[in-house]
Amino acid sequence: MTATRLFGTLAHRAAILCFIAFALFPLYWLLKVSVTPNDLLYSEGVRMWPSRTTLDHFRFVLANSEFPRFFANSLIVSGTTALISTALAALMGYALSRFQFRGKLWLAGLLLVTQMFPLVMLVAPIFKILSPLGLTNSLTGLVIVYTAFNVPFASFLMQGFFDGIPSDLEQAAMIDGADRFTAFRHIILPLALPGVAATLGFVFTAAWSEMIFALMLISGSEKATFPVGLLTFVSKFSVDYGQMMAAGVLALIPACLFFLLIQRYLVQGMTAGAVKG
Amino acid sequence: MTATPIPTTYRRPLRQRLAVTLEPWLYCAPVLILITSVMLVPLILGVSYAFRDIQLLNPFSGGFVGLEHFKALGQDDAFLRALRNTLWWTGASVFFQLAFGLILALLLNVPFTGRGLAQALVFLPWAVPTFLAGLNWAWLFNPVIGPIPHWLAALGLMDEPSNILADPSIAMWGPILAATWWGIPFFAITLLAALQSIPKDLYEAASIDGASPIQRFFSITLPYLAPVIAITVLLRTVWVANFADLIIVMTNGGPADRTQTVASYIFTQAFKRLDFGYASAVALVLLALLLAYSMVILVFRQKLSNRDK
Repeated sequence: MTATRLFGTLAHRAAILCFIAFALFPLYWLLKVSVTPNDLLYSEGVRMWPSRTTLDHFRFVLANSEFPRFFANSLIVSGTTALISTALAALMGYALSRFQFRGKLWLAGLLLVTQMFPLVMLVAPIFKILSPLGLTNSLTGLVIVYTAFNVPFASFLMQGFFDGIPSDLEQAAMIDGADRFTAFRHIILPLALPGVAATLGFVFTAAWSEMIFALMLISGSEKATFPVGLLTFVSKFSVDYGQMMAAGVLALIPACLFFLLIQRYLVQGMTAGAVKG
Repeated sequence: MTATPIPTTYRRPLRQRLAVTLEPWLYCAPVLILITSVMLVPLILGVSYAFRDIQLLNPFSGGFVGLEHFKALGQDDAFLRALRNTLWWTGASVFFQLAFGLILALLLNVPFTGRGLAQALVFLPWAVPTFLAGLNWAWLFNPVIGPIPHWLAALGLMDEPSNILADPSIAMWGPILAATWWGIPFFAITLLAALQSIPKDLYEAASIDGASPIQRFFSITLPYLAPVIAITVLLRTVWVANFADLIIVMTNGGPADRTQTVASYIFTQAFKRLDFGYASAVALVLLALLLAYSMVILVFRQKLSNRDK
């Protein structure tokens, strides 16, 4: 009995280790090539770690390339998108959580439908609409588009967090004379801060990753976000592997930070809101 | 709060009733306006493009062409191949994501020391931007700097280290592997959340009755997970079928259109050829197919849950 249990435990740990290795290996390889000096790149191609390391690629990318600007553009777009989406989603999620009103089911259905249809379908019409408004090749245009794409899921997420807060709290405040919006802002929103943080993280990560609309709406490097800049770089200087991967590592930093921030809410938040099977 | 003008002849109770009716809509208004103007209006516009000749670089385009685009589609070999590729790409990606995601969720549902850390590490790929995931895997497949071709050659699966992504017969496995790597965490997170909501006393009762772990899995775990799996697979299938990032980054549809899916074909038509009319017609076909698929799954799920009752 103990032998089988020991074997089971070992097999379980080994399987977990396999999953961790599979998840981390590509990122490890990215990091490895980004610190490999150019003269060792091919001679030590399949070694697990180069015999010498260098930060030259990072130095070059940060000092002599346009990546700092792409990085800043992406930060501006993703940060603004996250803030606006979360604010709007908080209002919407609150309404879905607290009010019973005619059309509510229909509204939730509409939000769900926006998550289902192919976004690639909107590439052409959105370009045609934004172009005369001067919102193509503009960070503002990207923020508007990304906010609209992310706000439905963010609303469901916020609704889930609000559902977990007892409604007696704001009812007590409203009996004491506060109007509902004040009660929402001063009592419910502070209690939902973990949910707000998780939603900010989700939206930020999604906006940071978006590529199709960035490619379509942005031309030229002045307003390019990170994916646009990186793909242009790759197609232009496709032999500078060290530099490309150094840039790739930079693209990973903000996404990973946000992920570590939100990951402990993931399972809890999903249970609360998004998947009710 | 209610800024709408209210006729003064109405008495107060009505005004209050109106305020109560309007209040939830005020909270919803910003989201509704945004979604309508950025998603619904373009969607309708996109449907109309499918019947018009819209080419960005041709100022004389814009006229109605009726069903011309759809007739052209029926004869477009590249589109028909893209349809077949989409089936293969979506089916394989979702299958592997579900299979490995379920295994991972079951593994993580057992308490052990360091579970929090393990969970954070295996979920990490999900935070990786998709364009970077695509580039990263393309580099791993590249025999110049990536290890995978050398490993395959060492195992005897390949005569000499070469790039999978350049071989028409197996190129699709590249994006599928990248999509699996990227998508396992999503299934694992969702299924883990579902697993944790299964009442523990069910398992206790079953083991008192002498059910083996395998019996418990098939008679408790799986029936509980089935509805979650059905809805997750539905959502993911639609999402993966629309998902063009990895393919655009890794192969751009090549070699010889062997990895071109409908989604990447739409992007190519709109972005490279700037033929918005044709791109919209392709998109409309994709939308119709996905709607039909969703209907089938939903009806199937309804039947399944009716049978349980």
